[in-house]
Amino acid sequence: MSADGAALGARLQRGDRSAVPEALNLVDDQRSEPRRQARALLDRLQRSRDSLQAQRVGITGAPGVGKSTLLDALVRSLRPERSVGILAIDPSSQRTGGALLGDRYRVRSGTGDEGVYIRSMAARQRLGGLADATAASVEILSAVFDFVFVETVGVGQSESEISRLVDSLVFIAQPGAGDMLQFMKAGILEVPDVFLVNKADLGAPAERTASELAAGLGLTTSLADGWEPPVLLASARDTVGIPELLAALEAHGRHARASGTLAERRFAGRVHSVFDSLTAGYGSFGLARIGGREALELRVREADQQSVASLVHSLSQEIEDDLAKP
Amino acid sequence: MSTPARDRPWLIRTYSGHSSARASNQLYRTNLAKGQTGLSVAFDLPTQTGYDADHPLARGEVGKVGVPVAHIEDMSQLFDQIPLDEMNSNLTINATAAWLLSLYVAAAERQGVNPRQLQGTTQNDIVKEYLSRGTYVFPPEASLRLIGEMVTFTVDEIPKWNPVNVCSYHLQEAGATPMQEIAYAMATAVAVLDTVKARDDVPEEAIPRVFGRISFFLNSGIRFIDEVCKCRAMTQIWDEIGRKRYGIEDAKMRRFRYGVQVNSLGLTEAQPENNVIRIVLESLGVTLSKDARTRSLQLPAWNEALGLPRPWDQQWSLRIQQILAYETDLLEHGDIFEGSKVIEARTGELKHEALAELTKVLDMGGVVAAIENAYMKQRLVESNTLRVRAIESGELTVVGVNDFTQTEPSPLTAAGSESILVVDNAAEREQVERLEAFRAQRNYADVAAAIQNLRDVVTNGGNIMPPSIRAAHAGVTTGEWATTLREIFGEYRAPTGVGSARGTTESETARQVREQVDHVSKQLGRRVKLLVGKPGLDGHSNGAEQIAVAARDVGMEVVYEGIRLTPEEIVASARDEGVHVIGLSLLSGSHGVLVIDVLKRLAEVGLADVPVVVGGIIPESDAEELRKAGVRRVYTPKDFNLTRIMAEIVELAAERHER
Repeated sequence: MSADGAALGARLQRGDRSAVPEALNLVDDQRSEPRRQARALLDRLQRSRDSLQAQRVGITGAPGVGKSTLLDALVRSLRPERSVGILAIDPSSQRTGGALLGDRYRVRSGTGDEGVYIRSMAARQRLGGLADATAASVEILSAVFDFVFVETVGVGQSESEISRLVDSLVFIAQPGAGDMLQFMKAGILEVPDVFLVNKADLGAPAERTASELAAGLGLTTSLADGWEPPVLLASARDTVGIPELLAALEAHGRHARASGTLAERRFAGRVHSVFDSLTAGYGSFGLARIGGREALELRVREADQQSVASLVHSLSQEIEDDLAKP
Repeated sequence: MSTPARDRPWLIRTYSGHSSARASNQLYRTNLAKGQTGLSVAFDLPTQTGYDADHPLARGEVGKVGVPVAHIEDMSQLFDQIPLDEMNSNLTINATAAWLLSLYVAAAERQGVNPRQLQGTTQNDIVKEYLSRGTYVFPPEASLRLIGEMVTFTVDEIPKWNPVNVCSYHLQEAGATPMQEIAYAMATAVAVLDTVKARDDVPEEAIPRVFGRISFFLNSGIRFIDEVCKCRAMTQIWDEIGRKRYGIEDAKMRRFRYGVQVNSLGLTEAQPENNVIRIVLESLGVTLSKDARTRSLQLPAWNEALGLPRPWDQQWSLRIQQILAYETDLLEHGDIFEGSKVIEARTGELKHEALAELTKVLDMGGVVAAIENAYMKQRLVESNTLRVRAIESGELTVVGVNDFTQTEPSPLTAAGSESILVVDNAAEREQVERLEAFRAQRNYADVAAAIQNLRDVVTNGGNIMPPSIRAAHAGVTTGEWATTLREIFGEYRAPTGVGSARGTTESETARQVREQVDHVSKQLGRRVKLLVGKPGLDGHSNGAEQIAVAARDVGMEVVYEGIRLTPEEIVASARDEGVHVIGLSLLSGSHGVLVIDVLKRLAEVGLADVPVVVGGIIPESDAEELRKAGVRRVYTPKDFNLTRIMAEIVELAAERHER
């Protein structure tokens, strides 16, 4: 028997942590009845805009730069005042579909604390991309927790994908990881809102990397939204620089709300999610059946009471109906 | 008939200790009376990881794999009527080595023995704890600092003590090839020496003596020709490192000194009597070559894959050593391999490969860097994966396991649970009571002052030993000492190495299991998700890691939880992660208490239907009880076929869907 999506949604809106595991299981379920229930759940969350209250932060960077140690330090400094939800995403094997999800092991500060929730997810089918359930999972965690962190291994493409799901994206570099040209080539410098050089305990090399990053940023960022991404130094191991990171996130959140870019970013994120799902299912040919990208944007804007999942569902229906016409 | 001149035999020891200081003391005195010439102390896991017996993480572990030692009274009791100025004691202790040595020194002083007369070894090799054994506590840098301080202190104050025993033993248990065993042990020794050399309080002229105090602890596997060559290669490499890297001129100081515990990994649960033959052959690997002969030897018992050995089982292994040393003509000859082209060629080959790997690790920044970036751990997990799969495919023969399996019933195991030692669960209660009584009679002001002194000295960069010895006399406990250092250094979680371990080619049966995983995942609506973790304090994570890698390779999503988990944590993870099956691994004999606690808590949070499987060294009578309590499958060392285990786990996940 499948879970009751609307009832779960109501529990989440009341901030009921015990509803979170079942809700996350539900939005990951590919069978048709659970998918229907998941839409009911997500629509309910979409209608109440409480989830805007949670601060959503993406953490990305190459393997070994200390993302988990940083998360661990963040959790320690946020507790017990603020509750924290974490979505830790690890790559899946393209051949077998299997995945080793090891992050729970590294983020220890949340163990035994009901105010911290960690969910490990596999990235599944798309290379460098995120699983379909990722966006829905972020919505669920946002309904219950004050802070939601999404952690991924940065491989170039995932930065922009994750950036659409969060309010602020933090990019972690380590000293000597250095050649800024590599970062610039990969287009990585354009996406994040905050840069952080970890392992500042190494001293001079960390400062050098930070100044290289700052210089590189001066060359690439357009500052269209008026936000100048700061470059911070931290040592997650010694919990140095964590208050500064939280302050930078706070400042970015304030800026994004005041300038209206937060609402715009969430809207753009919804458009992207719907667009990606529809093109994955029907290609640009299918998308053209409902008027292409521009029409899609309009439909998403109008349907601000509808979740991404249910938008995708109804638009898919329209495309299929249209394709079925003689 | 004239008696030919004989070499003096190596130190004959047995790794032992259990239940309580009193029971272990009894055992030691009996063993010495039977002709053992040295002691090798096994401490329980709470003592090894710095917890007192009443700490939540200690539950189920007290007195299980060794003796609990929480304070000076325990240590004095352990060596009651054993004169410490005459004894040579090997203390298998690592993260808390400085503390246990301090207790040993304090106990000696109570006996009226001057610490300068003490002889023995603290294992004190943290590197292999991160890689294999898992009883580390502090981060690598802090650990190296503590090792360096113990070396610095003992060189002058306890000059006959071996402050660190660089262990390649556990690397082989974790799957290392002989080449890896050599390279990583040497890299560890170099890290220790470089740390000591960099200290302000160690004068240049003390370096040869420091070098001379570094000893090694090796493993010896069934491929005993390779073992002979490995020991010879290490002897040569160590001599070269001493000369070239540290400029040690005195050849005596460059001598490669090592002790051995022969391989436990290869001991089988099936036809366990065969293990005696394996142990004999493995002993030959480290005793045959006089130029590279071990200084001390400890042998496991034939029934180690079944549970804890009884005194009689240990006696049988002791007799192996005595026959080899006193009955045979082994000790009457010079090095019997001198001039052997075959041995020289294989030795040269191992040496060449090991030096290349050593250079690679040193270029990376040394062992600390190679732990933090998980390089060594990944290589070990890979080697072990290859070994496990070779047994599974039959490429590697293990008699009685994957070949020659037809057997008569063994009279040795006919008595069931009576053929192993069962530690009474009352031992834990008694230890807690003893601890409480001890705490109640201490002078609290002395204890508080000693802890404050320890904190001040360590924070200001002083040597750990003097304030620890003072704390030992004042009545500080193991848990209090470790808590103080945890507050200063923090606690560490080592990389697991499973994340990026490379998979191997897939067998036909593995492919079928993978298709089954895909099929069941569709039925369940999402991909089969498995939680793998180790409850309790046992840190031997090799088995759990192999399960995690194998599950990934057949397409499951695996949440690898790692080591040192409480039942509460496991249940919270299972719930929050939404897993379909839980796999628990335990090797310390604490399975009864911990697994049943997990089951109880799962039921409390409404997850009674999540199947639990358990793997470890679990005697059949206990396995039966676990199954009765609701554990769906129990795997022991005889279940070497990982693919079959995977197939059963998928089946359990599928059943859940069908219900």
